[in-house]
Amino acid sequence: MRVPPAPVVSHEYERERVPDHALKGPRSFWGMYAGEHTAGTEFMLGPLFIAWGASAVDVIGGLLLGNILAVLTWRYLTAPLATDLRLTLYCKLEKICGRRLVSLYNLANGLLFCMLAGAMVTVSATAVGVPFPGVQMPAFGDKLPTGLAWCAVVLAIGALQTFVAVRGYAFVARVSHLAAPWMFLMFVACGLVTLPKLASLNPVDIWTGVALDGRPGIGFVGIVLFAWLCNAAMHLGMSDLSILRYARKPAYGWAAGAGMFLGHYVAWICASLLFALELQRHGAAASNAPGPMVFSAVGWAGLACVVLAGWTTANPTIYRAGLAFQGVLPALSRRAGTLIAGALATIAGLFPAFAMQLLDFVGIYGTVLAPVGAIIVADHWLARRAGITPDWAARTGSSFNIAALLAWVIPVAGFFWLYQTRDIFPSYLTVPVWLACGGLYLGLSRTLLRAP
Amino acid sequence: MKTARLLALAGLLLTVGPAALFAAGLIAEPPMKLLLLAGMALWFAAAPRWLREPAE
Repeated sequence: MRVPPAPVVSHEYERERVPDHALKGPRSFWGMYAGEHTAGTEFMLGPLFIAWGASAVDVIGGLLLGNILAVLTWRYLTAPLATDLRLTLYCKLEKICGRRLVSLYNLANGLLFCMLAGAMVTVSATAVGVPFPGVQMPAFGDKLPTGLAWCAVVLAIGALQTFVAVRGYAFVARVSHLAAPWMFLMFVACGLVTLPKLASLNPVDIWTGVALDGRPGIGFVGIVLFAWLCNAAMHLGMSDLSILRYARKPAYGWAAGAGMFLGHYVAWICASLLFALELQRHGAAASNAPGPMVFSAVGWAGLACVVLAGWTTANPTIYRAGLAFQGVLPALSRRAGTLIAGALATIAGLFPAFAMQLLDFVGIYGTVLAPVGAIIVADHWLARRAGITPDWAARTGSSFNIAALLAWVIPVAGFFWLYQTRDIFPSYLTVPVWLACGGLYLGLSRTLLRAP
Repeated sequence: MKTARLLALAGLLLTVGPAALFAAGLIAEPPMKLLLLAGMALWFAAAPRWLREPAE
């Protein structure tokens, strides 16, 4: 899973179309996608498939199909729009929805980033805590802090990560870029080392299809939808307009395949194998805390990998959340925004619930943010045919598009109601919410918005 | 630059090679873990010099 680009990834062409001379060749996109989709989250997601009762067919076939759907979405939806518009998501959204509504989007974005960063602080803490026997590692069912020592480790890591995010994002970005190929091979190494230790190499014995808590398994469809939509905010939600606007042609959208099949296939399966071994050794008492699992498999290099994976995911996320908060309150300095984001992420990191429920959280994250992409799709391709004004806010000088707000909030509220009352896996609802948002925007625009 | 590239690639090879040898039963666990650590050190020492040149 990847974090979407920041509101201000660079200060280039923020408010204008990317000019032809600034377009980039395919190499940068393949490299970027390959690197950014092998992150700290992968250590959590692989084991969760086993915990949630995925069978071998679910994992091997479902991930394959889901990843293919994700790549096709990037290639045939996000990339064509990005190369047509050549604008960032934020710039396009402001043209349609107005500045005040973009602030609301930034707030939602910032809060969700903090929770994701918190999960990554948890991941790093499981590695840093390994040399300290007093630190009790969280297990699957843990939602609350596991003790004082755990809190001390999380607070120290959170403070350090916030400090680095405040001081030097460029350095973290460089380390992250540098670590990516090594980190991917460390996932492969973890998988390889685990193989001879497993009692059976039959995939049916590894992914048994029986959930740890006795609930029904996640199933083939669940895995397909999760693999397809765990990055929904980026492809359906159009966050990746900020990246793909530099692509010379839409075919560069295929580059997402590098991230999907290295990070979301090979790395997930390798992380899954680590947990299969833990289960074999400890039965129901097995913990999916990445630090101890990886240390046991590949030693100190693995521990460094977990710390680095958590750090390189959490740090830019804190930085981006800070920018998002700054977008909501422009009077806030970037430093203050980052400190607030870091504090929220550290508090979230104390609670293992975010990391242990990452499948749910990632689904919620996508379902809340992706619908905004449907508004952009409707505005770009369907507005004239539907008889509504494209870029309504820019043409009317309005700072608030009420049709866009209702189109976003109504389906998302419906989603939360279903999630809370029916316990539906969030990824099941991402596409229906996205479609409802696009449809509602077209309908409500005709009735609620005045023509310029 | 050429030396840095060779060393960095050797670092990557040492990251996955010993794990493959362990999986094949050709190497014991302690030396495998030690070689992975050496691979990491080699990669992070050499790759910054190799990757300093612009990607495009």
